[in-house]
Amino acid sequence: MDARTEHKEDRETPPDLPRERSSARDLAIRYGFLALLLGLIIFFSAFTRGFASPQAAVFILQSVSITGILALGVTATLVVGGFDLSIGSIATSAMMAAAYVMVVWEQGALVAVLACLAIGAIVGLVNGLIICYMRVPDLLATLGMMFLLIGLQRIPTEGRSIATGMTLPDGSTAEGTFSPAFLALGRHRFDLVIENLVPASVVVLIVLAILIWFFLEYTRFGRMMYAVGSNARAAEYAGAPVKAYKIWAYVISGVFASIGGILLAARLGRGDIASGTNLLLDSVAAALIGFAVLGAAKPNAFGTAIGALFVGVLLQGLTMMNVPYYTQDFIKGAVLVIALIFTFALLGRSTR
Amino acid sequence: MAEDAVFRIAGVTKSFGPNQVLGGIGLGLRAGEVTVLMGANGAGKSTLVKIMSGVYRADRGVMMLADAPFAPATPAEAMRAGVVTVHQNINDGVVGALDVATNLTLDRLSGSAAPLFFSRRRVRREARAIAERMGLAIDLSASISDLTLADRQMVAIARAMSHEPRVMILDEPTASLSNNEAERLFALIDRLRERGVAILYISHRMSDIRRLADRIVSLRDGAIAGTFDAKPLDYEGAVNAMLGQAVDRRAIEARTGTRPVFAAEDILLTEGARPFSLTLGAGEVVAITGLVGVGKTALAETLFGLRAPLAGRMELAGRPYAPSNPGSAIERGVFLVAKDRATSGIVPDFNIYENMSLPFLDRLSRLGVARRGHERRLARDQVRDLGIVCRSERDDLATLSGGNQQKVTVGRWLSQPCHLLLLDEPFQGVDIAARRDIAAKLRASADSRATLLFLTELDEAMETADRILVMSEHTIIGEHRNGVIDIDQLLAEVAGREQARAH
Repeated sequence: MDARTEHKEDRETPPDLPRERSSARDLAIRYGFLALLLGLIIFFSAFTRGFASPQAAVFILQSVSITGILALGVTATLVVGGFDLSIGSIATSAMMAAAYVMVVWEQGALVAVLACLAIGAIVGLVNGLIICYMRVPDLLATLGMMFLLIGLQRIPTEGRSIATGMTLPDGSTAEGTFSPAFLALGRHRFDLVIENLVPASVVVLIVLAILIWFFLEYTRFGRMMYAVGSNARAAEYAGAPVKAYKIWAYVISGVFASIGGILLAARLGRGDIASGTNLLLDSVAAALIGFAVLGAAKPNAFGTAIGALFVGVLLQGLTMMNVPYYTQDFIKGAVLVIALIFTFALLGRSTR
Repeated sequence: MAEDAVFRIAGVTKSFGPNQVLGGIGLGLRAGEVTVLMGANGAGKSTLVKIMSGVYRADRGVMMLADAPFAPATPAEAMRAGVVTVHQNINDGVVGALDVATNLTLDRLSGSAAPLFFSRRRVRREARAIAERMGLAIDLSASISDLTLADRQMVAIARAMSHEPRVMILDEPTASLSNNEAERLFALIDRLRERGVAILYISHRMSDIRRLADRIVSLRDGAIAGTFDAKPLDYEGAVNAMLGQAVDRRAIEARTGTRPVFAAEDILLTEGARPFSLTLGAGEVVAITGLVGVGKTALAETLFGLRAPLAGRMELAGRPYAPSNPGSAIERGVFLVAKDRATSGIVPDFNIYENMSLPFLDRLSRLGVARRGHERRLARDQVRDLGIVCRSERDDLATLSGGNQQKVTVGRWLSQPCHLLLLDEPFQGVDIAARRDIAAKLRASADSRATLLFLTELDEAMETADRILVMSEHTIIGEHRNGVIDIDQLLAEVAGREQARAH
């Protein structure tokens, strides 16, 4: 055990660099990613027509709103030192549930939204319980949950998508429709200077981002979650109920994912069995890119939001420059790898 | 500097950014001699060792090995040239998943000249040769993970010896060994000395130093503060040079507890142990001492709600006390500075004030939002009172030296009033100066609470406590008032021999 103490002490020595260079490097580490984002925006504004417009900005935000919300949720599990691979399938399950509640059960928007949130919270709770009490490693537990949900969401409709007028397994026809109030979540646009500019999903994203950022940075609960993630034993010895904090993190992640699913259902207007396949990877990428923002080297809500935005700006800009769609995943992957190298190779050595 | 030294350093300097860590070190190591390097935490010992072993490069200065310039770029290069380092972290020197024989021959197996396939028989034969030469009596087929720390240490050293080194650097090798195990290590070092190896031995422990040193070099603030090689060695002079202050065991004015704060009756820690009782009063500092594994940590954990006693009652401030977890212990005003700060004390991602406020965030928050100004004010008080060396209370813990990290974990629990403060090995891996700062603060603030320390080192107990209890086999077998201690009896009790109570 002394050995580990010494290991920590090894790191007390700062890196071996002259003063001027190290401060330039500190600046690069702190603001490098934000500068890169700004550079991208300037570049695309200069070389494409229409990039520098409110409409394009809103379009970018809308394109990242659902992955952004999922990414903010998974940030909570990263903060407590965990990981949640089930977010994508929680979102699609919520989408299918919303469609089922409205189309098959013929219920209203409120019931559909509540059902989705309940699904997110319950799945998150089960994830947390499996991880904390059954001692299943987080990646494996949530991987299992991902498979389970992907399968589960197909059972009620025998694998078909849900839309008004579909034939149910018992031979009857589904008569219900998506309520207009529900669809508004995905399609309504608020006026902001320009009429019908800001979509509801972007408002939801911004509100949730500010909420989770404040929660993680400023509240006691958020601070304790960081403590649990950084040294669970020290947190326990400081009187924190470590398992409870971890379980809450998975519940937060599940609820955020289900909100993403609600917006997805509202945007599509049906329960599409084939949609949402990229949600998990995109949102995890955004959260991991967030490590590099402001030299945090740890999960943080602001970084996650910037990470999601970064991917959105890059893809939209490249699309407007006529880069083919099939290169998108490659570009996202490259950004992620570069951001991770930035985080672990550069700041890993210096700031900690 | 020794003229006949096999290894010489002259004018070595090293800076990290604006901080100069080493300011012109000159040092010579003679063959067949143990040179002890002493220095407080942060004096530059680790940096010097890392330069010698090729982890860092010196900014200026030269190193000479047997009259040839020595400037290793990597640890492997230093090792090939004949300068071998055994680091304090024992598990860095061995591979846990492999057996002893493979570990002993690992460097040959991984060398570029090694054959693609290896024969088990040859590995065994080579390992046996190495083990015999070093007098290593360990089953060669045993897996490293089944060995004790001491045996792993021996394997690591024997493995290092297979390079036929001319210089061996041992960095606090006894830090996690018991006295018996340490004695086996010393015998091994004696053998190395006879074989003509120049040894640089780094340690805090006076007993090691007395046993081994041929010379002592004291390092202070990145410079050699004194070299002692006249026999008999001037140990006190060496400690003085290292600390830059006169060392005397400050006599403790033993106080008596005023009102009783905590009482335990017929506590049973483990099946088959004898139950014992314990009363602690406000204002007194009590140390429980005893060897490693006699139940000190078990008692600390019981008092802090991490485990329940098998039998017995506890009472705190006049009310029954049976904490079910640390949270409820803290709520009742029982705080624990846990053993081994790296695993159970500090939160490495947090800065000083966030580390200090951790257990008390609910008290320091309004409507669930942490009040940072309040937190920082409390932390600043502790930084000042304990003399924590930092730029501000917003410094990251990782930037602090070990002694200062420990001051932060102690300061955390001193920042709020409590009934009973428990400290389990609070001086572990802490230099003498930091230890005195902490002990002084503990005693100065002791009036309103009971303070209970768990210490293996008797010196530490006698320096800090009013009353010393001796623990053996999960029960308390002796009690002494500081100032009137019968050392012989105390030692006999520590060794497990209970005597008729003289007091």
